[in-house]
Amino acid sequence: MSADTTSAIGPVEGPAYDVDNPAPYIEAPRKRTGRTPRATRGNFEMAAWLFMRLSGVVLVVLVLGHLLIQLFLDGGVSKIGFAFVAGRWASPFWQVWDLLMLWLAMLHGANGLRTVINDYAERPNTRLWLKGLLYTATVFTILLGTLVIFTFDPNIR
Amino acid sequence: MPAGTLYRGREGMWSWVAHRVTGVLIFFFLFVHVLDTALVRVSPEAYDEVVATYKTPIVALLEYGLVAAILFHALNGLRVIAVDFWSKGPRYQKQMLWTVVGIWVVLMAGSLYPVLGHAARELFGS
Ligand code: HEM
Ligand code: HEM
Repeated sequence: MSADTTSAIGPVEGPAYDVDNPAPYIEAPRKRTGRTPRATRGNFEMAAWLFMRLSGVVLVVLVLGHLLIQLFLDGGVSKIGFAFVAGRWASPFWQVWDLLMLWLAMLHGANGLRTVINDYAERPNTRLWLKGLLYTATVFTILLGTLVIFTFDPNIR
Repeated sequence: MPAGTLYRGREGMWSWVAHRVTGVLIFFFLFVHVLDTALVRVSPEAYDEVVATYKTPIVALLEYGLVAAILFHALNGLRVIAVDFWSKGPRYQKQMLWTVVGIWVVLMAGSLYPVLGHAARELFGS
């Protein structure tokens, strides 16, 4: 082995070795250099990862607040009925709250399920069908929930 | 189980399993929940009729389970976020998990009466 071949190990006869510099320098494996190809698939997975965390923080407030109102305060579930919903959706504040909760929880949950499908469904066909079903159900639920909030009519009868 | 498993056992794996199971359960609940809420667009009677089932003792127990799932997912979700973004997060992940479990137990005990009280009154008279 002579020092003139291009190897990852520096020239052996180069510097003098001592206690502070005991061995030739070895480049870190998979180090990013100018010649490393760029990631070409965009940053979707990274955006999804970040979205899970950002939406999670917001959902803590929205969902725990919702549960507190629906199950704990004012007699818990016993008070819920059409009149109660009419009273709440008379206020734009709770309309926006529910709308935000609907969109964030559905997208957060759907993206989480996408991960679960990727983890367990191994046959490409199974994956395709499960994801198709997931995306269909998600779009349907978000649209239906949005429509219900915007078209709610307290005098329906 | 997928080939080449990375399951390691211990707390980290079980908290991850519980986070996954609760997340999936909450998603399925939400799907049904938006459908039942949509009945307000059908008629007040249709909505009230379905909501009446939410008030029965058996469903009250399911609601307590839903609270359990959401509280765990929310608290453990905050722990996952802390592990990812707080520089000391990974080092304290185990302590944070036991903190999550502790807070969860306290909140679940505190929820017993508010969530299940009406069911107990119905079953045992008041
Ligand atoms: C058993 C517990 C629950 C009860 C009794 C309950 C009750 C209600 C009620 C009465 C409404 C009508 C609007 C309002 O009052 O704000 C509603 C709407 C809504 N709830 Fe819940 N809720 C529960 C749990 C949850 C959970 C865990 C989530 C989120 C994961 C959630 C998400 C929503 C959303 C997104 C809407 C708006 C639906 C739409 O757009 O049509 N709820 N809920
Ligand atoms: C209450 C506040 C919530 C917080 C703080 C939260 C936090 C998180 C975080 C940080 C993750 C990512 C975990 C990881 O990458 O390892 C996650 C995953 C997930 N979440 Fe949530 N979440 C919340 C509410 C919800 C709701 C309402 C749903 C259902 C509609 C849900 C369903 C899921 C699912 C299915 C996953 C994927 C689990 C997995 O891949 O193992 N989460 N959550």
